[in-house]
Amino acid sequence: MNEQEATVHPSRLELFAGFFQIGMAGFGGVMPHARRALVEKYCWFTEKEFIDLLGLGQFLPGPNVGNIAIVAGARFHGWIGSVLALTGLFLAPFVIVLLLASLYRYYDDSVVLNRALAAVAAAAAGLLLATALKMVVKLERRAWVMAMLGLTFVAIFWLRLPLLGILAVLTPVSLGLGWYALRKESKQ
Amino acid sequence: MNIPSLSELYLQFCLFSLMAVGGANALLPEIFRQVVEVDKWLGGAEFATFYAIAQAAPGPNVLIVALIGWKLLGVPGALASMIGMVTPSSIIAFGVGKLWYRFRGSPWRKAIERGLAPITVGLVLGSGCLLLTTAATGWGLYAVAGATTVASYFLRHNPLWWLAMAAILGALGVV
Repeated sequence: MNEQEATVHPSRLELFAGFFQIGMAGFGGVMPHARRALVEKYCWFTEKEFIDLLGLGQFLPGPNVGNIAIVAGARFHGWIGSVLALTGLFLAPFVIVLLLASLYRYYDDSVVLNRALAAVAAAAAGLLLATALKMVVKLERRAWVMAMLGLTFVAIFWLRLPLLGILAVLTPVSLGLGWYALRKESKQ
Repeated sequence: MNIPSLSELYLQFCLFSLMAVGGANALLPEIFRQVVEVDKWLGGAEFATFYAIAQAAPGPNVLIVALIGWKLLGVPGALASMIGMVTPSSIIAFGVGKLWYRFRGSPWRKAIERGLAPITVGLVLGSGCLLLTTAATGWGLYAVAGATTVASYFLRHNPLWWLAMAAILGALGVV
């Protein structure tokens, strides 16, 4: 491996422990923690490699961080590395979320708890909306991009169409438009 | 309510996994449509509560999936839905991971990234609006959601602060 690119090569245990820590730390979104840990703390990836990894995680189906764990694990220790990283990532949050839910079920009849949770649910919706708005602002300001955004939103939220159908129709169109835009730019 | 078997649950979430272009947040409306509206495995309010619990706990938001499985079939159900949610996508990620580095500068990759972006964002926006209309059952809760949106958009505090503040307001009966 190249000195500049290559950084620290973790052992299997370190890989598991690293992703375990990322899972634990990730309150309200794991990605910023993942970047800090993988790039700055452990030096398993360079900044550029991480951006590349992030692009892949977002492009592939499935949970984004999960995909990053799979690819990162595979890079250092093959499929065993993938399994270790993925298990490390989800183990603690999985146990904690089930414990919280059990607590909630136990105190189900508490009026105070239910009122608190209803407010937290509204706030959680607000957090997701803010995330979505940040993504909207980052999009290219082009007619076709805004049109695809609007169509997808209307189809999933207003019309409540099945996702599979939406993807089957809109993805090829959007990919074609992306390809066309790229070609037009490279000609100029 | 029709309770599924463990394998039915596993397969349903394998299917979701394959459709999760843009991650778990983009998938919420589809999970809601299937699990709440079609299968009637849980109610809308319950869905919003599960999302809130997953958001308040550490780790990725995809853990709402584990809660749906847990509600239906206990801990084995949680495992089945969670493992289903990562099985197909992980196999694909494992295979594609190596190719991805090879096509680093390729125009195909750029075209795919650019083309998928507006769809992903549209889905996440749909998720946000769906959760809003499900969770905000009164004006007070709409105000909480709106305030959190604005605060989280403009300020860089840990989102847990906003959730904690909402919890306190809710517990006190203010909203």
